Amino acid sequence: MSIVMQFIINGIMVGAIYSVIAVGIVLVYKASKIFNFAAGGFTMIGAFFMWTFYCVVQFPLFISIILAIISVGVTAFIMQRLAIQPLIGQSLLSILLVTLGLSHLLEGLVMFTWGGTSESLPEIFPGKTLFIGQLVIGKDLLWSFFVSIAVMIFLLLFFKFTHAGLAMRGVAEDHQVAQARGINVTRIFGATWFLAGTVASVGGILLSVKLGVSQFIGAVGFKAFPVVLIGGLESIGGAFIGGLIVGLLENLVGGLIAPWLMEVTPYILLLFVLFVRPEGLFGLKRIERI
Amino acid sequence: MPTYRPCGVRNFSYKKDMAIFRTTFHKLTLIIGLLFLFLCPAFLDGVMLNLINFICITVIAVVGLNILTGFCGQISIGQSAFMSVGAYTVAVLGKYFEINFIFALILAGLNTGLIGLIFGLPSVKIKGFYLAMATLAAQFLIPAMIAHPLEPLTEGTDSLRVAAPHIWGIVFDTPQSFFYLSVSLCILLVYFSQNLARTGVGRAFVAIRDDDLAAEVMGINIFRYKLLAFFICSIYAGIAGGLFAYYMRSVNTDNFSLTQSIWYLGMLIAGGMGSVTGSIFGVTFLLALEHILISIAMWVSNAFPAFSTSTGIQQALTPTVYGLVIVMFLIFEPRGLAHKWEVIKASWRLRPFSY
Repeated sequence: MSIVMQFIINGIMVGAIYSVIAVGIVLVYKASKIFNFAAGGFTMIGAFFMWTFYCVVQFPLFISIILAIISVGVTAFIMQRLAIQPLIGQSLLSILLVTLGLSHLLEGLVMFTWGGTSESLPEIFPGKTLFIGQLVIGKDLLWSFFVSIAVMIFLLLFFKFTHAGLAMRGVAEDHQVAQARGINVTRIFGATWFLAGTVASVGGILLSVKLGVSQFIGAVGFKAFPVVLIGGLESIGGAFIGGLIVGLLENLVGGLIAPWLMEVTPYILLLFVLFVRPEGLFGLKRIERI
Repeated sequence: MPTYRPCGVRNFSYKKDMAIFRTTFHKLTLIIGLLFLFLCPAFLDGVMLNLINFICITVIAVVGLNILTGFCGQISIGQSAFMSVGAYTVAVLGKYFEINFIFALILAGLNTGLIGLIFGLPSVKIKGFYLAMATLAAQFLIPAMIAHPLEPLTEGTDSLRVAAPHIWGIVFDTPQSFFYLSVSLCILLVYFSQNLARTGVGRAFVAIRDDDLAAEVMGINIFRYKLLAFFICSIYAGIAGGLFAYYMRSVNTDNFSLTQSIWYLGMLIAGGMGSVTGSIFGVTFLLALEHILISIAMWVSNAFPAFSTSTGIQQALTPTVYGLVIVMFLIFEPRGLAHKWEVIKASWRLRPFSY
């Protein structure tokens, strides 16, 4: 019994990291109806920036985290300006393919800058491993969980109380009305990508603590897509719950049935959701008007 | 695609208007081109023939993807996973039943078609990038299925050896001999897909791509045609995968990665979506580019040995250049090389009064 509990707890903790990456996708989708395939790339460069600032340049921990997050945000912003902005008004298909191309480009640039080596971050979180009865909770996982929840709460407050957050919600609601109310939609798009990049990089840093810094992080970042679709494309809370569901099922199936199923469980779940409820748990049902 | 017609060419019937080869000049260039193509092994070296073989195999996969994505408008990020189904079908059939390679290729196509249908099924309810997600799931599920539940058949993650294809005493085991096999199959399948574009089925695909609601209102059974597009696309993928297995003489799930699938989409974009000619241009352009990049990587690593190894540079260079090509084409020339080709043709036709 306790082993099942162990899987459940591990699953929830890992799922929280997935949900942070997924929120980055949700943010972009809400604002501009663009599905960002480059999210995995952002998580990957987040991990690499963190490693560079902390282990190579050896800045203090806190400063290197902030620098890494901002660098990814700026990268995302530049990509939006150079590649996404010129395509506004084009078909969704081409914008989708551009983000695919961008994710590929990021992969190549990472290979150029950092090489194909895999590195590992030193212990960055204080504290000890937690023992509750027979359960073992790694401190990295515990920290990741709480950081993820902190990110969620930060985003919820940001969208509720700040001017920029309200403007983003306005743009998400209706571009033209937002523009008529004096919101600079172009600037908001840029800001959204910046925010999405920062959020994804938080996910990347958390993942790298657990998995080490390598190209593999980008592949793990792909698990955010099932998470987003399960939770619903428009819902931040949905992304959080979707992340927990994916993490939980992945660990339970991988631990109790067969280890190789662990990597594919999110995608089986994805197919299931696409069949049963394509809009996800908390997404908006699409109504088409002609 | 009816575009500029040269002055003086008049078509008096619909059949003639829609013909693929309309003028005597077309037919003449076709015959000369084919003769030239089949004489290639006489004067090209092994490296070039190897490249041409890969181009032919990839053209089959990308032309298939063009039917699904270019004609029917459904994005697939799983083409290389479907290729792996074909490759493993051929390998397993060859290993346990030793059947002739032609039947093996046909069975590989059909088997892949059926698997493709399964992943096309969600298109009942969804479209656009939701469907892309279903194919993304295929890209992760199929290699895992091959590596684990089917391990007794496929030897899991180890490479599975494939015997060279042979018929009537001819063995296709060198780039020279394989050239005839790959080029013939490629021409056959390209012709089929070009022909498909002007049939009722092809027009239904294009109608679904342009506006699926309007297509449904016009009486096109969307679900049926989407599934058909998936089926045909997967058949192409299966045959391409089978050829790949025969050419490499071994198959491994690592050969069929997500990266490959994205490259196929990139080739489609570079060539121009919805154009069969474009797919051929795109594949040739990007594979030739990759060939050049490999030589650049070798040159750099020879010139600066301290910098990095040749494979290291190549691994960094290829995704960067491919990513850039996809993004640049979408921004600056979304209609791809096929459109450029049309422009060049038209400007030469109107010479000296081109604008």
